[in-house]
Amino acid sequence: MSDLNTAMTAKYRNNFLKEVEANVEEGEWVKMCMQCGVCSGSCPLGKHWEHPPQEIFMMIRAGKRDDVLKSDSMWMCTSCYNCIVRCPRELPITHIMHGLANYAKRMGLAPKSQPTNQFSQLFWDNMMKKGRVNELKLGLSLYFKDGFGDGVKNAMANQQLGMNMMKAKRMAPMEIIGGHSLKDVSGFQKMIKKAHEIEDQNIQDFS
Amino acid sequence: MAKKEYSFYPGCSSQEGASSSNYMVSVATLCQELDIKLNEIPDWNCCAASIGYGGGGELPRLALSARNIALSEQHNAGQDIVATCAACWLSTREAAERFQHNKTLYEGAQTALGEAGLKLENNTPVRHMVEVLIEDIGYEEIQSKVKKPLEGIKIAGYVGCQTNRPFGIDGESYENPLYLDKMVEAVGADSVPTYEKKVQCCGGALAFSEPDKSQEMIKGIIEAAYDHGADMIATPCPLCQANVEIYQDQINAKYSTKFEMPVVYYAQLMDVAFGRNGKDSALDRQIIKAKKLDDIAK
Amino acid sequence: MADDKKFAGFICTGCGIGDRLDGGRLETTAKRDGKMQEVKSSEMLCNAEGVKMIQDEIDGGATHVMIAACSRRAKVEAFNFPTVAMTRANLREGVIWVRPDTDEHRETTQEMADDYIRMACAEARSMKAPSPSGEQELNKHILVVGGGVTGMSAALESAAAGYPVTLVEKTGALGGHLAQLYKKSPGKAAPRGLPNALDAEFPGLEDTGVEGLIQQVEENANITVHLNSTLTKTQGAPGRFKAEIATESGSTTEAEFGAIVQASGFTPYDANQLPEFGYGKSPDVVTNLELEKLAKEAAGGPIKRPSDGKEVKSVAFVQCAGQRSEKKGHLPYCSGFCCTTSIKQAIYFKEQNADCDTTVLYTDLRTPGAAGEDFYRAGQQKMVTFSKGEVSEVAADGGLKVKFKDLILDEDTEMDADLVVLATGQVANTGPDPYAQLAFEEAEEGSEEKETLRKALEVAPPSILNLEYRQGTDLPLLKHGFADSHFICFPYETRRTGIYAAGPVRRPMDIQQARDDAAGAAMKAIQAAENAGKGRAAHPRSGDLSFPTFRSEGCTQCKRCTVECPFGAINEDEKGYPVYNESRCRRCGTCMGACPVRVISFENYSVETVGQQIKNVDIPDEFDEKPRILVLACENDAYPALDQAAMSGVEINPWARVIPVRCLGSVNLSWITDSLNNGFDGIVLMGCQKGDDYQCHFVRGSAIAHERMSKVGDTLESLNLEPERVAVYEVAITDLERAPKLINDMAETIDKVGMSPFKF
Repeated sequence: MSDLNTAMTAKYRNNFLKEVEANVEEGEWVKMCMQCGVCSGSCPLGKHWEHPPQEIFMMIRAGKRDDVLKSDSMWMCTSCYNCIVRCPRELPITHIMHGLANYAKRMGLAPKSQPTNQFSQLFWDNMMKKGRVNELKLGLSLYFKDGFGDGVKNAMANQQLGMNMMKAKRMAPMEIIGGHSLKDVSGFQKMIKKAHEIEDQNIQDFS
Repeated sequence: MAKKEYSFYPGCSSQEGASSSNYMVSVATLCQELDIKLNEIPDWNCCAASIGYGGGGELPRLALSARNIALSEQHNAGQDIVATCAACWLSTREAAERFQHNKTLYEGAQTALGEAGLKLENNTPVRHMVEVLIEDIGYEEIQSKVKKPLEGIKIAGYVGCQTNRPFGIDGESYENPLYLDKMVEAVGADSVPTYEKKVQCCGGALAFSEPDKSQEMIKGIIEAAYDHGADMIATPCPLCQANVEIYQDQINAKYSTKFEMPVVYYAQLMDVAFGRNGKDSALDRQIIKAKKLDDIAK
Repeated sequence: MADDKKFAGFICTGCGIGDRLDGGRLETTAKRDGKMQEVKSSEMLCNAEGVKMIQDEIDGGATHVMIAACSRRAKVEAFNFPTVAMTRANLREGVIWVRPDTDEHRETTQEMADDYIRMACAEARSMKAPSPSGEQELNKHILVVGGGVTGMSAALESAAAGYPVTLVEKTGALGGHLAQLYKKSPGKAAPRGLPNALDAEFPGLEDTGVEGLIQQVEENANITVHLNSTLTKTQGAPGRFKAEIATESGSTTEAEFGAIVQASGFTPYDANQLPEFGYGKSPDVVTNLELEKLAKEAAGGPIKRPSDGKEVKSVAFVQCAGQRSEKKGHLPYCSGFCCTTSIKQAIYFKEQNADCDTTVLYTDLRTPGAAGEDFYRAGQQKMVTFSKGEVSEVAADGGLKVKFKDLILDEDTEMDADLVVLATGQVANTGPDPYAQLAFEEAEEGSEEKETLRKALEVAPPSILNLEYRQGTDLPLLKHGFADSHFICFPYETRRTGIYAAGPVRRPMDIQQARDDAAGAAMKAIQAAENAGKGRAAHPRSGDLSFPTFRSEGCTQCKRCTVECPFGAINEDEKGYPVYNESRCRRCGTCMGACPVRVISFENYSVETVGQQIKNVDIPDEFDEKPRILVLACENDAYPALDQAAMSGVEINPWARVIPVRCLGSVNLSWITDSLNNGFDGIVLMGCQKGDDYQCHFVRGSAIAHERMSKVGDTLESLNLEPERVAVYEVAITDLERAPKLINDMAETIDKVGMSPFKF
C-alpha cells in the first residue's frame, strides 16, 4: 500500500483521537464536541486562528495529526476561558488548547518562531531559575529573543514604558542582579524535575 | 486579634518592585481598615499563570500549585488560601479541583512533592480576595466604613476574564457579573453596569507576545469606558490593570487616540473612601494618575 | 308553534357600555325593532344577580334570549343557557372598545350598537335551540388497524380505559417494524442533575420490549386480534361504524365500532433509488433496517459484512440518504428517527468492539425526544465519530469509498469503510388518495383527465379502510403522502370524523413518539365514540348539538354538498339525495354554503339566521355619507383576532357590521347578493389560511370559500358594482393589527369608489 493510501485509510479513524486522549491534557473530552462552533465565535482572538477550536476538534477526529500539531492556532489562546463557560457540552477547551500546544512542542512539531510559543518557554525557564518570575529579566529576554540587534530595538521602543514603570515603583532595576527568590530553590527544582519524569513515562507511543 | 485571618498567596507580580506592587500596597491598607490578617504562605512559588504551558506539561504545572497548597497546609493550617491575583487564584483552585477528580494526577503530584519533602492534603478552600470582601465582609460593612464617599466619580467596572471565568464570583453571570459595580456603588461612586466590555479579554499574557492583537482589544476596553462617560476604570486583576493602563501611550501613537484613562484596583477605591491618603492607597504608583481620587485622598 | 315562542332581551350596561351608549335607546331598539317581548337591563349582567335575572325569565317561559353585552367569546360560563336559543350582541369588543370616546363619534357609535342589537334580535327570531336527533347510540368498541408498536399501544391504551378493542393486522404476526429491530434507542433522558463527567452514565441501548408488548395485547381480555386480516368494507359513522374483517383465507367477520384508529405505519424507503450511494452495487451497502437484520444475526457477536462474511472493522453511516432532498425520487422531508437510529447502530459496533471505527456523516444531527441529546453523548463517549459532511458518492468498486464534503473543514475528502449504512426514511403506509378517486368519478368519460387519473389510481397502494364513503375509500392525504392531520393544532384528527391516524402514517416518527401518538389517538377515538353517543359534535365544535338537515322537496340533487363536505360526511342515496351522517359531521356549514337552493340548515345557524342579521342592519340614505360594510369573520380565528384587537384598543371604522360565521366555507353566496342589493357598500370576508399549511379548522372551508368568491365578480358586474367592493382574506388569530386594518381599508376603498347606489 502506498503512503498516500495509508494516509487515506487513516482518515476519519480514531487513531489520532486516541493519541490525543492518551497524551494531551483533558484530551478525553475532544470526542464530546458537538461541533456547534460557539467556542470559535466566543474567542476574543477568533479571527486570528487559522483553525478555530471547533475546526481543531474536527481535524483531530478526521485524523489530521500534522495539520493540528504544526498549527499555530492553539498558541492564539489568551486563556480568557470564554469558550469553557459557553460550551454547551462543558468541554475544558482552554486546557485542551494548552495541552495540544504543549504536546505539539513535545513532538517537536510546534512552530518554533511562534511568539507565544517562545514567550511561554521563556516564562517557564525564567520561573524555574528562582521559583518566582523575574519580570524585568522576562521582559528583556523577550526583547532579545531574536538576537541582540532586535533586542536593542525592542528595548528602545519600550523604553518609555519601562521608565514609567520604574517611576511608579512597579519595576526595580536592581532585579537584574539576583531578585526575588525562593529559599528552597533546589527542592523546588527537584520537584519539577520529578513531575517531568512522571509525565514523560505516561506518554504513550503512537508512532 | 484580627477579626479574620487567611493564608495569603500574593504572587510574583505583587512583590515589591514588580508590576502590581500597587495592588499589594492598596490591599495591605484595605486589610488594616477591615481588620483582616493575611499570613503569607512561606516560600510560595510561581503558579506559571496561564502561559507556562509551553514549558511545563500538565503535571509540572499542577505541581507548582500543589507545593503552594502543601506549604499553606503545613504553615497556615486551617486557613483558607486567599489570592489577590486572578491567575494565581485560578491556577491554584484549578489544580486543587483537578487533583480531586483525577487520582493519577494527584498521586503524581504527591510523588513530585516528596522530592521537596512536602505532602498535600488538598482540603483547603482557595479563594479570591473579592470573595472574602463579598462573602465574609459584605457590601454593607464596606459601605459602613466609608468616610469620604467617592461622589460624582463614574467608574467602569472592568472584571476581565479570570476572576470571572471559569469559576465565577458569588454565583453571578459570566456574561454580566455585577459584583464590581456593587463595590463601586458601596464606596459612593457611580457604576456602569451596562459597560459592554466588562468581561472582554485584554490579551492577558499575549500582551507581551502578540502586542498588536492585544492592544486592539485593550483599545476597545478603554474606548467603551469613554463612551459611557467613565472617569476611570476599576479592576480586580493585576494583569488587566497593567495591560489596560500601561500601553495607552503606545495605543495613542498607533491609533491616534488620546487616551488618558486611569485604571485602578477596587482596593484603591476603598482605601480612598475609607479616608486613607494617596500613598497608602498606592495612588502614587499610577502611571496614569487618577486625579479625582487624588483630590479626595489629599 | 309560533305562539310558544317567547323572546327576551337583556342589556348589560357594565364595562363602560352604559357610559358610552344610551341604554334607554338600546332598550327601545330591542323592543321596537328587535321585537323582544321583554327587555331588561343590568349594570353587570354577568354577575350572579344578572344571570339569575335571565334564568328567572327562562323559567318563566322565555324560549329565545338575546344578550347585548360583551363578545360571544367572553363570559361563556355565565351566559350558559343550553335549553334556549341564545344570541349575543357584541357591544363591548364590537362597539365601544373599537371607537373613540369623543362627542363627535357618539352618534355613529350608538348607531353601531343599535344595529348589533337589531341583528342579534333578528338572529334569535330565526333560530331554534338545538337538540340531539336521538338517532345515536353509544358504541364503546374501538377498531385499531395495524399491529405494530402504534397499533398495539393504541389497543392497550383503549383497553386500559375500559373500551374493548378489535385489532386488525394484515401480516401473520404482531410487532411490525419493532419486531425487526435488534435493540431500541432509549426512551428516557439521563436523570436530572447528572454531572457532566466523561464517565457519566447516559442512557444506552434498550431491549425492544416487543415480546412483552405482544404478550400484553394477546393476554388482554378486552382486545381481540385478527392476524392475516384486512378491512374489506367499512361503513357508517362514529358510534355506528360497521366493518368487514376478512382473513387471507377468505373468511369474513362483521363487527360494529364506535371509532377507529388507523395505525398502518410506514414502508421503508426504497434504497434502490440511491445507486449513487452504491446501493445494489455492493452488498456491503445496506439500509438502516437491513443493518438491524445483520445485528440480530450477529446476536451480540461481531457484525459481519454481507459480501464475504468478514468482521466489520469500519463502518460509515450516511445520514439523510434519499431524504431532505428535492431530487426526483427522494423524500423531501426529514424522517426524524434516523439520526438516533444511526447512533444506536454505531453503538452496536462499539459495544461489540471498541476499536471498530464508526463514523456518522450528517449535515444536521437531529435527535428529537427527551433522551435524544443524552443518547448522542452516549455515542460520543464510546468514540463514535460524528462528522458534519455531505456525502456525494459511495464508490463500490473494490472496497467501499465514501466521498463527501467535510462541512466543518470545508474540503472534499473521502474515507474507506467495510460497511456503509444508509440512513433511509419512512414512507407513509396510506391507502389511495380519496380525492383522486372522487376526481376520477367526476371526470368526463373518455377525457384525458380521466385517463391520467385512471393510470395514477392503478399504481396506487391498495385501500386500507375500504370506506364506503361518497368521497373515496381512505383517509385524505396531506403533505408528502402522509394522512391528513394538522400536526400542531389538531394532531390525530383526520378529515374522516371518528377515524384517527396515529404513528408514522401521520408523520414520520420514532418508537417513543409512536407510543405517545397511539395514546393520543386512542383518547381521541374514545372521545369520538362518547360524543357520537350523545349526538354531540367532535372537534372543533366540541359538544355542539346542532346538525344539518335539508328540505328534500327543494333539493335538486346537484351533489355540491356531497362533493364539497371537507369531511366526506355526506353520502348519496340511489336518487342522488344527500344522506347526512350526523356524527361524521363537524358542523362547519360548508354544505350550507354550497347549496345553491338554500335547503340546508342547522337549527341555530342557517341561511336565514345570517340573512336576517344582514337585512336588519339599518342602511342610511346614500346622501348621509354613512356607508355600511359587512364583515363575515370566521369564528375560530378572525373573530377572536378582532376581539383581541379591541382589547388592545385598535380602532375600527363605525361603518363595519361584523357577523361571525362557523367557517368561511359556510358563507352562502345569497348573503353576498342580498347585502349588495340591500345597499351595503362593501363586504369583507375573513377566513383562515388555506392550502397545504392550512390553519382552517375545517381543513378545506377557507379554500372552498375562496374558490366560490372568485365567482362573485359576475354578481357585482350584473349589479354594475365595482369588483373591489368584495374582498376575501386569510386572517390568522394573531393578526391583531391587520384584521382591523383590512376592514378600515374597505372604508377607504368606499371613499374612493363612492357609495353604493342600492340604498332604498
